[in-house]
Amino acid sequence: MSSLQPPHLAARQATPDSGRLRLVRILLPAVVLAAGVALWEAVVRLYDIPPYVLPGPSAVFATLVGDWPVLSQSLLTTLQTTLEGFVAAGFGGVALALLFNQSKWLEYSLFPYAVILQVTPVIAIAPLLLIYLPQQTAVIVCAWIVAFFPVLSNTTLGLNSVDRNLAGLFQLYGASRMQTLRYLKLPSALPFILGGLRIAGGLSLIGTVVAEIAAGAAGAGSGLAYRIAESGYRLNIPRMFAALLLLSAAGIVIYGLLALTSHLVLRRWHESALGKEN
Amino acid sequence: MAEPAASLPTRPGPAGLAVSLRGVSKVYDSGVAALGPLDLEVRSGEFVSLLGPSGCGKSTALRLIAGLSAPTSGSVGVAHRSDAARARPSIGFVFQEPTLMPWTSVRENVGLPLKLAHAPVAEADALIHQALTQVGLAEFADSFPRELSGGMKMRVSLARALVTDPDILLMDEPFAALDEITRFRLNNDLLALWRNLRKTVIFVTHSVFESVYLSQRVVVMTARPGRLSAEIPIDSSEPRGEEFRTSADYAGYCRRVSEALAPSYSGQGGA
Repeated sequence: MSSLQPPHLAARQATPDSGRLRLVRILLPAVVLAAGVALWEAVVRLYDIPPYVLPGPSAVFATLVGDWPVLSQSLLTTLQTTLEGFVAAGFGGVALALLFNQSKWLEYSLFPYAVILQVTPVIAIAPLLLIYLPQQTAVIVCAWIVAFFPVLSNTTLGLNSVDRNLAGLFQLYGASRMQTLRYLKLPSALPFILGGLRIAGGLSLIGTVVAEIAAGAAGAGSGLAYRIAESGYRLNIPRMFAALLLLSAAGIVIYGLLALTSHLVLRRWHESALGKEN
Repeated sequence: MAEPAASLPTRPGPAGLAVSLRGVSKVYDSGVAALGPLDLEVRSGEFVSLLGPSGCGKSTALRLIAGLSAPTSGSVGVAHRSDAARARPSIGFVFQEPTLMPWTSVRENVGLPLKLAHAPVAEADALIHQALTQVGLAEFADSFPRELSGGMKMRVSLARALVTDPDILLMDEPFAALDEITRFRLNNDLLALWRNLRKTVIFVTHSVFESVYLSQRVVVMTARPGRLSAEIPIDSSEPRGEEFRTSADYAGYCRRVSEALAPSYSGQGGA
């Protein structure tokens, strides 16, 4: 009964000219981008807007190249912090979910606090953290706070979505808790964990940026967000734009890498990673 | 290649019984009485079908025999193997769905019971190959479940149940979701396997035709909570094949079983 599935209408309609469709889907945003940049440049030149009010794209690009030694250093710092926060969130989220899965008592005692950490805006927590922790640690903790929750909740969902009959099978063959975890629960949860990590990647960048900005005025940090704050004080608007550009690019690359990883890991078996043809 | 562990002699239980249920009932936490009280005895090497309307507790009975849930009252006895090394009766279970792990290959799926029992890899490989050969899928060991048809997935599921060389094979409407041609073919293959391996098979189905075709004895159950309503031995000549399916004998048995089953449906108020 449960095997009745609606036919894949969308897939069927997409197949005949899917090549052209893909080209269009790449081309259209590119055209929009080019048009936007051209318009921006034209407006700046036409009205002779000074760069400290609004720099044109060419000025931003020139700053990006000219300030590359400073900006690249900041980019590296931010990326490193993001990575540390992301790794901590990944391991922390999965580990907490596993603990919760093994012990209901732990879950009942701690889960509400995980939710509280998640719903309290991190930008309000950051200044406090900066008082009590060394700056670098505080920034990583911020990244962790924002990013661990999606990993935790997704992993929990995954661990609870194990096929009932498969679980019965493991019971029938006398599988130990560890075997059930390793051969059944973790593989079942893998697509969910990867989904959580994909969200956590972007969030840990946000957490890092928030903490850097909060630390900005007093901080000795040198991340990209700190550059933005600092350049703001100095009215170095082109550099603000250049740093912002780098942050966006970093976010896109992080998301792309995680999506690619997820695809490579799941492509043999999971619906989400299979092509429409099979 | 080491393979002694696979070829342990199977031995009938004390009185030649593989399974005996005495006054077994199951009431779920929700208060729903699912089964019984049910008395059932299955001889070693026998092929028995449990036939009854949906929700009559057939599957529950199988789960109780497998030890996947505990009876509310009564006792479930399952014969053990003669070697004392095994704490649990050796049972193979085939679910209604193939119930395969989608993230790994056919080989890994079939080898799961061996892996969980910490069997040595070389020995496991030989047993996996043997089980896959029995169901005719030896060359699909490296495929993923996703790449197989519904019938093939069911064969993999069957191979997994056979790989530990169990004494008892419990099958819970295994072919219900397959198309008719595939189901007929799997019925024949299952019969051939049973003739060769002489396992005790308890086969749950709601198809009169399937139960008569396969089994030596059809146990008809009442509507929920399922109790024994009739037992009909099918004494046809062996081996059965397609000619049995079209014989007058077969039609006669089907009529008798259908008549025995009719009261189980009458109380259901058009359910």
